[in-house]
Amino acid sequence: MIERPSGLGAQTTPAFEEEQRSWAAGSKEGRPRTGPGAGASDRTISDVPLQTVYGPADVEHLDLAGDLSWPGEYPYTRGIHPNGYRDRLWTMRHFAGFGNAKQTNERYHFLLSQGQHGLSVAFDMPTLMGYDSDAPQSRGEVGKCGVAIDSLLDMETLFDGIDMGAITTSMTINGPAAIAVAQYIAAAEKKGISRKLLGGTIQADILKEYIAQKEWIFPPRPHMRVIVDMIEFCTNEMPLWNTISVSGYHIREAGSTAAQELAFTLGDGFAYVEACMAHGMDVDSFAPRLSFFFNAHSDFFEEIAKFRAARRIYAKRMRDKYGAKNPKSWQLRFHTQTAGCSATAQQPENNIVRVAFEALSAVLGGTQSLHTNSMDEVLALPTEKSVEIALRTQQVLAYETNVTNVVDPLGGSYFVEALTDEMERQAEAYFAQVEEYGGVVEAIEAGFFQKEIAEASYRYQRSIESKDRVIVGVNAFQKEDKLDDLELLRITDEMGREQARSVQEIRAKRDGEAVKATLARLQVACRDPKDNVMPHLIDCVNAYCTEGEIVDAMVQVYGRYTERSVF
Amino acid sequence: MSRPLRIVVAKAGLDGHDRGAKVIARALRDAGMEVIYTGLFQSPEQIVQTAIQEDADGIGLSILSGAHMTLFPLVVEQLKAQGAGDIVFFGGGTIPAEDAEELKKAGVREIFTPGAPLQNIIDFVERECGRGRQLVG
Repeated sequence: MIERPSGLGAQTTPAFEEEQRSWAAGSKEGRPRTGPGAGASDRTISDVPLQTVYGPADVEHLDLAGDLSWPGEYPYTRGIHPNGYRDRLWTMRHFAGFGNAKQTNERYHFLLSQGQHGLSVAFDMPTLMGYDSDAPQSRGEVGKCGVAIDSLLDMETLFDGIDMGAITTSMTINGPAAIAVAQYIAAAEKKGISRKLLGGTIQADILKEYIAQKEWIFPPRPHMRVIVDMIEFCTNEMPLWNTISVSGYHIREAGSTAAQELAFTLGDGFAYVEACMAHGMDVDSFAPRLSFFFNAHSDFFEEIAKFRAARRIYAKRMRDKYGAKNPKSWQLRFHTQTAGCSATAQQPENNIVRVAFEALSAVLGGTQSLHTNSMDEVLALPTEKSVEIALRTQQVLAYETNVTNVVDPLGGSYFVEALTDEMERQAEAYFAQVEEYGGVVEAIEAGFFQKEIAEASYRYQRSIESKDRVIVGVNAFQKEDKLDDLELLRITDEMGREQARSVQEIRAKRDGEAVKATLARLQVACRDPKDNVMPHLIDCVNAYCTEGEIVDAMVQVYGRYTERSVF
Repeated sequence: MSRPLRIVVAKAGLDGHDRGAKVIARALRDAGMEVIYTGLFQSPEQIVQTAIQEDADGIGLSILSGAHMTLFPLVVEQLKAQGAGDIVFFGGGTIPAEDAEELKKAGVREIFTPGAPLQNIIDFVERECGRGRQLVG
């Protein structure tokens, strides 16, 4: 008779561990997997090997106080709020933007009227890259995958009729993030709303641009200076503003594994912490307003483990390595978006189901806010109908499934705890590798992240090709699609020409002297590391300098980044 | 065949989504071709110049930003303008079916959308670019 442990975390005997090993390996009694997915998929989607079953011996080393604790308690593995979603649901926030500011403003009014809590601005490619709508580089791109914002006038139109002091806004923009914040402040203040009342966040995560998303402007070092200026300014002037949203989403979309997403994102976050501290800021002055953004991919348990591990790693480092004393500085808060790269163009309605499962993993992982993708985003920008289904998916999850009743319902699961631990172990191994390069910027310059991600995405694609992994409708259960049955949202090139005319009108109407003077002062600030560029950016924006003009002025000082491509 | 096929894999405009382009580049290379990846943010003029300088048999252009109806035709135009109409031009990305049809009529040989098996793309390139080679050789 083998002595069995009396509870989770209790000591196990060698005989019991042997019994568990034989179960887990599935070999002693012979339990090979014979059903679907036999073979390679005995691993997570990120290639983490899995056991047949998990048991007490897998979690024996976990320290209940130090590793798990309680929801709302350090190290927050089980969540940052003691009462989970029982006090407050996650924020249902849908990323939206297309065409011009007026069209997007209409969509915002629709979303708010349908019960959405906050806004999330998607900008078009020229805006993200710092080009005006009439620049030659912008041809064919204006308003296509987000809204075109050239000057303050567009930002004013975007929030027309919306009480900027009463909603929160998330802006997904990185290279020109500081300019977008300046425009947001200026637009609010023109309506008489103080910057002190503005709530929301801006992505502003430039490091992941070099790593994955590729929407950079300046080289990494001056870009970091601008970001630190922005964090410092917003920390001091905007008490309700989350200063940066460190993003793993795009790292995952670029093809990384879950562990890479976790490690590279947290690594970026720590790089910002270090940069701000090096600038002389007290860690507890800014850390409580840092937030994160993760992907929810299709491997259900792996994602939950990733979210839980993220909180634990962050809390430990913030307290022990960076010496933060305020518990708010230890708490990792994050937004989640379902994985765009898991959606398929084949049988696109199936994406509704994928999104629902991914959203569930984010909620079981304790996300603070959630964007659920629309089924047609793999083909075009979503239609109003498909956005509505995506929002309803969250509402069904929140109000019908009862998963919000109990905090961290999977805490204590042998498997989830063991996988959470494995995620942490892999992340720590990556941190060590990045340290060998001398830090995140150095590893970027050496192409380390880019190569790791390219390798992972190629392995993943190969596993689909060889059918080690089944993707419904793609390499199994295919049927002839009639894609044209799906109604798609189309942005015409006429819209782009109109926007180009509108930016030219602004240039003709404004005070040219003020434009020159504010841009010149901005350049002086860019050259002076002791100055902060933010007040100068707000001056430029108020003078109706266009985004492209402001970026050009800064490029003259900082230069433009070019990548050494690896594949 | 005297030398391996040479293929330029290109990214145009402001679109930074390079996951697909890199996977295709790698797959074509693993299939024995010589692959030149242009890197990001190339103009149609630059892409065609690269293909000519590299003596490429084909150009594969990847666009996921929605600008495909502008940028694909500009590359076709440049191929004609620079006298390189013999280079096989194909592409891929988030491109709705009816746009793909229109692009094919405008001179793009094939459009692959997400989910297209790599082997289909490799077979296509070997067949179409190899055929061009035989006609010349």
